[in-house]
Amino acid sequence: MLRIAVDKLYDLFAAVSAKNTLYIPTNREDGEAEYKKYEPGMKLTYNLNTLRSAKDFFFPQTEDLVEFKMDGKNIEVKDIRKESEDFVIFGVRPCDARSFTILDKVYLVDPVDSYYKNRRDHGTVVSLACTRPAETCFCQTFGIDPTAPEGDCACWSDGRYYYFKANTEKGTAFLDSITSLLEDGDTAELDKAIERTKTIMSKLPLARLSTENFGGDKLNEYFNSDKWAELSESCLGCGTCTFVCPTCQCYDIKDFNTGNGIKRYRCWDSCMYSDFTKMAHGNPRLTQLERFRQRFMHKLVYFPANNNGEFGCVGCGRCLSKCPISMNIVKVMKALEEK
Amino acid sequence: MNSNDTLIPYVGVVTDIRIDTPDVKTFRVEAPEGGKVFEHMPGQCAMLSIPGVGEAMFSITSSPTNKEYMEFSIKKCGCLTSWLHAMDVGQMITLRGPYGNAFPVETELKGKDLLFIAGGIGLAPLRSVINYVRDKRENYGSIQVIYGSRSKDDLVDYQEIIDEWMADDGVEVNLTIDNAQEGWDGHVGFVPNYVKELNPSTNKTVLVCGPPIMIKFTLAGLKEIGFTETQVYTTMELRMKCGVGKCGRCNIGNKYVCKDGPVFRFDQLDELPDEY
Repeated sequence: MLRIAVDKLYDLFAAVSAKNTLYIPTNREDGEAEYKKYEPGMKLTYNLNTLRSAKDFFFPQTEDLVEFKMDGKNIEVKDIRKESEDFVIFGVRPCDARSFTILDKVYLVDPVDSYYKNRRDHGTVVSLACTRPAETCFCQTFGIDPTAPEGDCACWSDGRYYYFKANTEKGTAFLDSITSLLEDGDTAELDKAIERTKTIMSKLPLARLSTENFGGDKLNEYFNSDKWAELSESCLGCGTCTFVCPTCQCYDIKDFNTGNGIKRYRCWDSCMYSDFTKMAHGNPRLTQLERFRQRFMHKLVYFPANNNGEFGCVGCGRCLSKCPISMNIVKVMKALEEK
Repeated sequence: MNSNDTLIPYVGVVTDIRIDTPDVKTFRVEAPEGGKVFEHMPGQCAMLSIPGVGEAMFSITSSPTNKEYMEFSIKKCGCLTSWLHAMDVGQMITLRGPYGNAFPVETELKGKDLLFIAGGIGLAPLRSVINYVRDKRENYGSIQVIYGSRSKDDLVDYQEIIDEWMADDGVEVNLTIDNAQEGWDGHVGFVPNYVKELNPSTNKTVLVCGPPIMIKFTLAGLKEIGFTETQVYTTMELRMKCGVGKCGRCNIGNKYVCKDGPVFRFDQLDELPDEY
């Protein structure tokens, strides 16, 4: 397998960033990791994952859609879309790598979202297999193998080398662009490292969490469950879970008066917010119970109903560690299953 | 990059404004170069906007058989609709669409006796179907319209109903208002009760639209008479932003009202959670 010695990784970053914009996960001052544009001297994080998910690369938190010039009774529409530049994201964990294929099922189905597709077409995802999965990890529940990541090009480390394998044409092009830095080598040590990771995975606290009681046909079983009242009782409706979630993709469209015209932009929104469904004549989801239920029913029942059983969760565990009242999808699944 | 994106709207010009009721106006919209901005089928919707004010989904009340312009009957009830009501002729607006499915005028409704039941502004989406089937009269059986409002002044499209629909052969129109008033010698009473009084033949296919409470009691009344849910269609309204099933707002169960609806048969609605 193609590989590069660990101490040569920054040569690889230098080579990639000389041609394209490269993003890597790196530590902030407060110790949390986030994706940043690579610059010489920047260090790859040792954290398992970034605070925010990687969805920003293709579905940014805010993005301009269109502009209007207003002149008396006249309106001029200005298409402000520009072709994205090519970019590479290194170090996307297997959970986040899968989240892109889930977002694709929303944004690349007819009618294709040209804003999303533009970024998707120009971005190359280099995923990084996990070696130290955490207590909050449950990607296995959703059929993700953290030792065999998706993405355009998969990358593994055994502590001595980084190994690469292309999964797509874009991944092959990425490897071709750094071919002079790579050598062919055996994977005996890597295979051992993967076995060690698999042992850790089998011992994780959520290793046995199963989706067998969930899916597209469970609407009637769970919608009117009396568990929702208890589960949602403490929910603050803060929306943190949706913002850190790699698969939450609801958005709002708003206008902004620039003083020189109107800019229309979209931004992340949350079904946990009280005005998400509010209309001039009323609100069909009046209480937090209904809004809380919507988020989990969508991930565990509605999304699989429309997508051949695939769930709207990748088990990244961000909501487990970030919810201010420690509520999360794992607790919801376990409570609903109790009947 | 795609040549267009559904989120980028077209511009239309308001070429006529008709005052229907104290809080409903009907706006005629044409492309700046004349003609319709886009084609649609009866029951489909469009996103209308005044940039800087807001954007919202409205049903297209004109029939697709109208080749010159589109019309929107809009009730003043919020921020954007207040702005629209304050417009003068010649104002440009933006619009995008058409969005959603349509009433199945070319399939399930073809050859059927049709019963339209509307309350208040609920006539707006049905008017598109009524005028479509009136223009393609040979494809449909009898047409009956039962329409009610709070008062005579609140009946939308009143002049068109009197001058055109009632003048048509084979179109029966039954109007009602909630409370008696001077100058009204027609029926007085709520729509659901009037439907039961009129006792329509159960071989008809029903299209109903109005306030949720009216729809609820009308459906119950129809069932008492002997109609089944598979014979009754309605059209729904929820908050929407994108119009194409991506922004997540109008999601109910595994359906998105903007793309899988807004038209549903009642047996289809039964399969959805009660969240509308």
